[in-house]
Amino acid sequence: MTPMTKMPLVSAVIGMIATVAIGADHIDPAVGAAIKARQSHMQLFAFNLGTLGGMAQGKIEYDADAAQMAANNLQALASVDCHPYFIVGSSNADASGTRALPAMWEDPDGVMAAFAKLQGATAEMAASAGGGLEGLQAAMGALGGACGSCHQAYRAPAN
Amino acid sequence: MSFSAWSALLAAVALVIVVLLKPDPLPDSFFDGLTGDVDRGALVFAAAGCASCHTAPDAEPSDAPVLAGGRTFASPFGTFVAPNISSGSRGLGTWSDIDIANAILLGEGPDRTHLYPALPYAAYRNMTRQDAYDLIAYLRTLPSAITPNQPHDVGFPFNIRLGIGVRKTFFNRGEWVLETVQTAEIERGRYLVEVLGHCGECHTPRNFMGGLDRKRWLGGAPNPAGKGQIPNITSGKLGWSKDEIVDFLKSGFTPEFDSAGGQMAEVIAGLSKLPQSDLEAIAAYLKAVPALD
Repeated sequence: MTPMTKMPLVSAVIGMIATVAIGADHIDPAVGAAIKARQSHMQLFAFNLGTLGGMAQGKIEYDADAAQMAANNLQALASVDCHPYFIVGSSNADASGTRALPAMWEDPDGVMAAFAKLQGATAEMAASAGGGLEGLQAAMGALGGACGSCHQAYRAPAN
Repeated sequence: MSFSAWSALLAAVALVIVVLLKPDPLPDSFFDGLTGDVDRGALVFAAAGCASCHTAPDAEPSDAPVLAGGRTFASPFGTFVAPNISSGSRGLGTWSDIDIANAILLGEGPDRTHLYPALPYAAYRNMTRQDAYDLIAYLRTLPSAITPNQPHDVGFPFNIRLGIGVRKTFFNRGEWVLETVQTAEIERGRYLVEVLGHCGECHTPRNFMGGLDRKRWLGGAPNPAGKGQIPNITSGKLGWSKDEIVDFLKSGFTPEFDSAGGQMAEVIAGLSKLPQSDLEAIAAYLKAVPALD
């Protein structure tokens, strides 16, 4: 082979290597953005739960106004339609940086039922958080259960 | 030696092996002098996590769980299906108390076959007689289910149950992992973690025979059900305070207010029923086991 005829072959090989290298780490920007958005949304849950949970556990002094605010936020967060976050192709089988199991897409009814449970639990918290520590503590159990039951079925363990 | 002498010798050796590997059941007098307490049994049941495997796959948490079975558990040896252990005739209804104890403590079925170690009898082996009897009394109060048992999906050679006997001689010796305990609280924690809670079954890696690698006790392991890692919960990795561990076991919330997921969510559903002192004992034990990186 002359050097000239070799060139296309060399570039083809380089091109293939590059494709494989990029492919391994490549993530559709729309998928990456959706994963980031839903994780941020979860972070907002955790932040507000931190206020209520801290009070329930006696680590933060009970403050009716702060508790009510956090509970209202949780209820608002639970009313957000999360469908745009969970686009097809963004499970942990398809993309990196996520623990969302394919089961979420295979069992939409189950996901919606779990989500409805979360809405019920946040509504209950919003109705009781401002009325005293005992009510807050009582509502915490159902809220923890709602988080847990969804994570149980639809989230893989961390790495 | 002639051929027939060799054959006779071989047959004798095979017979000895078969006899050695045949399980030795508990004596009929095992529970003599004891009375089963249903309320205490409910706590043993919660700590031992029975509901998290033996309820139906879609069951909601309940104070009177229906132990219909049917959940599947993938492993490198095959897929195991949890049996019906409800109080009905398809479950434990026809089993005697000793039959149930043989299964839980020794991994032995009523027909003297070895049960697969998906049932964590290597851990339950050190269950106190009283706890076992209380647990059985409680199991008999739970609803019955008519769900038929499904066969395990286990290929050769693991479908030869006698092989489980070989495994038992290696791994079911009833020795404590944490040999010395400094306080009564840590001792209680050891019982809850090593025996009833059988925490090591998920949190400790396994060797090629499927036995727990006790040198890596609670040091984390691959998730048998797929991606991800069951976490290292020794103090080498888990930086939580004792109080934070107790709060997690009670509420399912981490100190950062993430929530427990996977099988752990079910474990919490049981553990959260235990008295505060038991959760503190678990935390004290976790602080006492060797720290692993």
